[in-house]
Formats: sequence, C-alpha cells, structure tokens
Amino acid sequence: MLETAITLAKIWGVLITLVGLAAIMTWVERKQSAVMQDRLGANRADVFGIRLIGLFQPMADGLKMFWKEDFIPPRGDKFLHTLAPILAFFPALVIFAVIPFGDVLRIGSLEIPLQIADLNVGYLFILAFGGLTIYGTVIAGWSSNNKFSLLGGLRAAAQMISYEVCVGLSLVGLIMVFGTLELDAIVRGQNELLFGFLPKWGIFVQPLGFLLFFPAVIAETKRVPFDLPEGESEIIGYYTEYSGMRFGLFYFAEFIEIIVMAALFGTLYFGGYNVPYLYAEGFRFPWGAEWNLPHLVVVFLQIGSFFIKMAFFCWLQVLIRWTLPRFRYDQLMKLCWTGILPLAVLNIILTGLVLMVV
Amino acid sequence: MPKVDYKNLPVNYQTSVQKAEMGLWEKIYYPEVIRGLWITTGHFMRNMTVHTLHLFGLAKDKRGAVTYQYPEERRPIHRRYRGRHRLTKKDDGSERCTACMLCETICPTNCIYIVPEEHPDPTVEKHPARYEIDILRCCFCGYCVEACPCDAIRMDTSVVEIANWDRTKMVFKKEYLMADIEGPGAPPKDDPPEWWLK
Ligand code: SF4
Ligand code: SF4
Repeated sequence: MLETAITLAKIWGVLITLVGLAAIMTWVERKQSAVMQDRLGANRADVFGIRLIGLFQPMADGLKMFWKEDFIPPRGDKFLHTLAPILAFFPALVIFAVIPFGDVLRIGSLEIPLQIADLNVGYLFILAFGGLTIYGTVIAGWSSNNKFSLLGGLRAAAQMISYEVCVGLSLVGLIMVFGTLELDAIVRGQNELLFGFLPKWGIFVQPLGFLLFFPAVIAETKRVPFDLPEGESEIIGYYTEYSGMRFGLFYFAEFIEIIVMAALFGTLYFGGYNVPYLYAEGFRFPWGAEWNLPHLVVVFLQIGSFFIKMAFFCWLQVLIRWTLPRFRYDQLMKLCWTGILPLAVLNIILTGLVLMVV
Repeated sequence: MPKVDYKNLPVNYQTSVQKAEMGLWEKIYYPEVIRGLWITTGHFMRNMTVHTLHLFGLAKDKRGAVTYQYPEERRPIHRRYRGRHRLTKKDDGSERCTACMLCETICPTNCIYIVPEEHPDPTVEKHPARYEIDILRCCFCGYCVEACPCDAIRMDTSVVEIANWDRTKMVFKKEYLMADIEGPGAPPKDDPPEWWLK
C-alpha cells in the first residue's frame, strides 16, 4: 500500500517536472537561439505590463493552441489522425520511467529509490519505446491524406529505423563495459574510479561510443541537423495537417524528447546522478581526504548533479540545432550506414579486445 | 556517381558550381562541427554576459543584441531618407504652395491632386484650395520635391508608419500634410544643417 503510494507520488512528481520543464524548454529554445544570433527573442507577452523576460510566452502559446481550430482533413482517417499525436507523445514520457535521477533516499527505515521503475532490462525498454515513436510519425503522415505528409512520414520511417540500429549498436560497448542493461547499475558502476583518480564515466571508458551515440540519438529524435521528416522551413513534413492541440502534442513531445535524451546522455555517459568522489557517506578524495556529509545533503547533491547534467545537454542540443545546417537525405543515410554503423561495430570489437586484455 | 572535374568546367559554370573538395579533416565532421559550435557558443557567452551585467545595472553602454526593439527604440533615420511628404509653410502659417501644378504634372503615378484657387491677397496669384496625395499610389520617388520651384513640398519627415484600416484615410489632405509633426518622425530642426552651409 505504502509502496504503491510512493510510486504514484514519484510518477506524479516526474510527470509534472517533465511537463513543466518542457514548457520552459520552449522558452529556452527561443531565448537561447536569440542570444546566439545577437537578438533578444520573444519578450512581448505580458501580464498587466509585467514581461518577465518573455516567460509568459509559453503560456500564451499554450492558450493559442487551445483556441485554434482543431482540423481533421475530411478524407483523412479520423481515428488514426487522433491516435498519432498520442503515440508520439507517450513514448517520450515513458522513457523517463527507467532513468534514475538520484540514489536511494532513506527516511527512517524507509528506502525510496529515486527512479520510477528499476527494470533489469532498462536499456532495452528505452530502445523499445524509442522505436514506438516511429508509429506516431508514420501514422500522422499516413492518416492526413496529404501526399507531402505521407512522404514526410516515409522519410521519418526510413530515417528512424536506420538510426535505431545505430543507437542500439553504439551503446553495446557501454553495456559490455558495465555488464548490465540496468540503468541504475550502469550509473552505480560509473561511480567507481579508473586508475585510482578518474571517475569511470561512460565518456572516459567509451569515448568513441559517445561520439557515435550522440549524433545517432539526435537523428533518432529528428532534431536539426537531421530534421528531414519535419523540415518545417522548406520541405513539408508529416504534421502539416495538424493544428490546435494535436499539433501542440507533437511540438511538446519534441521538447520532452530533448529533456529525456539529455537525461539519457547524462545517465549513460556522464555518471548520471554521481558527483565525482561523492559516496553515500560523503566525499572520499583519491588523495585520502575525507569529508563526511549528512544523508540528505548527499541526496540533494546527487539530484542537483543529475539536473545540471541534464540542463547542459539540453543547452547543447539547442546550440547544435541553431548552429548546423540540415543534412541532405542521401548524406543522412550514408552517415548512418557507412559512417556510424561500421564504426559502432569497430567500437564493439575494440571494447571486446580491451576487456579481454584487462 | 560520375566524378565532376570542378577545376576544368566551362567558365560560366565555374562560379556557380565550384566547391572546395573536402579533405579528411572535414569528412570526419566532428572537428568542423565543433568549430562551428565554438563560434555560436562565443556569441552566446558574450551576449549572455552582457545581459547578466545589465540585470545588475552594469555595462549599460554595451549592447547584448544588435536588433532594435522597435516601438520603444527607433532606428536612426538618415536625414536624406524620403519619408512622408509635408507641405511647408510661410511665416504667417499659410501654405507656401502656389498651385503651379508642377508636382502634379511630374508625378509618375498621378497621385497628387490639386484644385487651385485665387488667393485673397491680390499680390499673390494662386494657392491650392485642395491639395491631396494618394499615398497608396505614391512610389516615393521624390520627383515632386525636386520639381517644386518654391520649396513648398518636402519629404524630410522620416515618418515610416504610414498605415490605416481605411483606404479613404490614406488620401492625405492639405491640412494633414501641413500639420506639425510631434515626436518621432519630426523633420530635422536645424535645416539646413550648419555643416552644409560651410
Ligand atoms: S514622391 Fe513621386 S510618386 Fe510620390 S507624390 Fe511625389 S512625385 Fe508622386
Ligand atoms: S510644385 Fe510646389 S508650388 Fe507647385 S503645386 Fe506642387 S507643391 Fe505647389
């Protein structure tokens, strides 16, 4: 009973944090792109004359979407047209369930792991639900009864299925190093030390793996420079026929994906919630110094570290989006099948050799 | 794919198609991406620092953005910019225009309409009873200003917000063209400028 209540509370907490962060991300994306391009960005939305550096803009956007006409193409498939945004939105949210955002929180005799579901196939779960997002995009293109949407959906299908392979293979090296598919165990493994001083973060044990995983995930989430399925500015994408809150769901799913992927980068390659040299009792520096901390402070530091890493990768993804031009479709496919894929296999072989020697 | 010999294309192709061959360094993609990201990060960091300093009231002379925040902050307009017309006035406040019709004749879009009238003062020949400019048709060529023999029409106002919900209101009447302009868009006070007289 108590356990169910705690799990429900965690789900609510994570859900609200994610949705709130996604709303803030829409603002961050606008403002950051503006600052990068020597502009100021959206700053006109005000409530009683208070502008608050444009923070009301996401609310104004949301209100606008609610009041817009919710149009379904008369010859489109009504049911699938409604289903598609849900299919795009839901997997993005669900992936966060297996990401640990903190170590175990102890209150009295109660032990609360700061993770919604500690699945022992956590990583496969992420791949499976990442794969589900393909349905959302393809069905959106298919049910719109619009040639260009359909083409966009097909582009999305081909791209995402290709990059699914790359994402999967580029991570095998990391799984080999830590010997587990459980995200919590991977994060725990990253708190060990390499050569006695270097934290055993994924980036240090799998540098090539990270360089392959990063672009593959960006392509998998259809972000610039791999945003051919959408191509808002020139080529028409799969959600052309969407308006109102249905479009809003696609739009929102994209920002939730940014956050979830940022959390995933942090978790898999940058030590997750770990702070270097911080253990359950406090800091244990490699030169022998010790600094004991109370349990709550440790948990607070860990959650803080998780969110800082997440914020950094959100920032990086927005930075990439507003810096790089889009790939051509053949270049995109070439990068996947002749660039990332062979290198990922090479990474697996190299990792295997190193693991055999060590 | 057939390999294009970019160096030996016909001359007229060379300018449009010529591309630099990518070396291995560019083909790895990562170094060049990081170089690009470095540039945008530099802009981001610099502007973010300026914005943060502004928050604390520091470094007000530095700008965090190159854009103008339009309604509050107007772009400086050069004094030779051709803005909305105005009719200049004599010292007694009446119009300088003598209704000679030169501007109406030269106007390439036929947008000036003048109805001349005898002037009450017998020493002056004519003055316009109506003087209208259909600003929707005007192409802002400035010929009317050049044609005017008595400096009665000018385009030195730097009014750029020429808009209305109603077409009929876009035909500017004589009174409107003669009215003083307050605030932004007012014609320069020092006319002619001192440096010009030297
Ligand atoms: S600026 Fe040109 S088009 Fe406009 S009123 Fe004068 S002469 Fe006519
Ligand atoms: S040219 Fe000058 S004086 Fe002649 S009608 Fe036009 S504004 Fe009046």
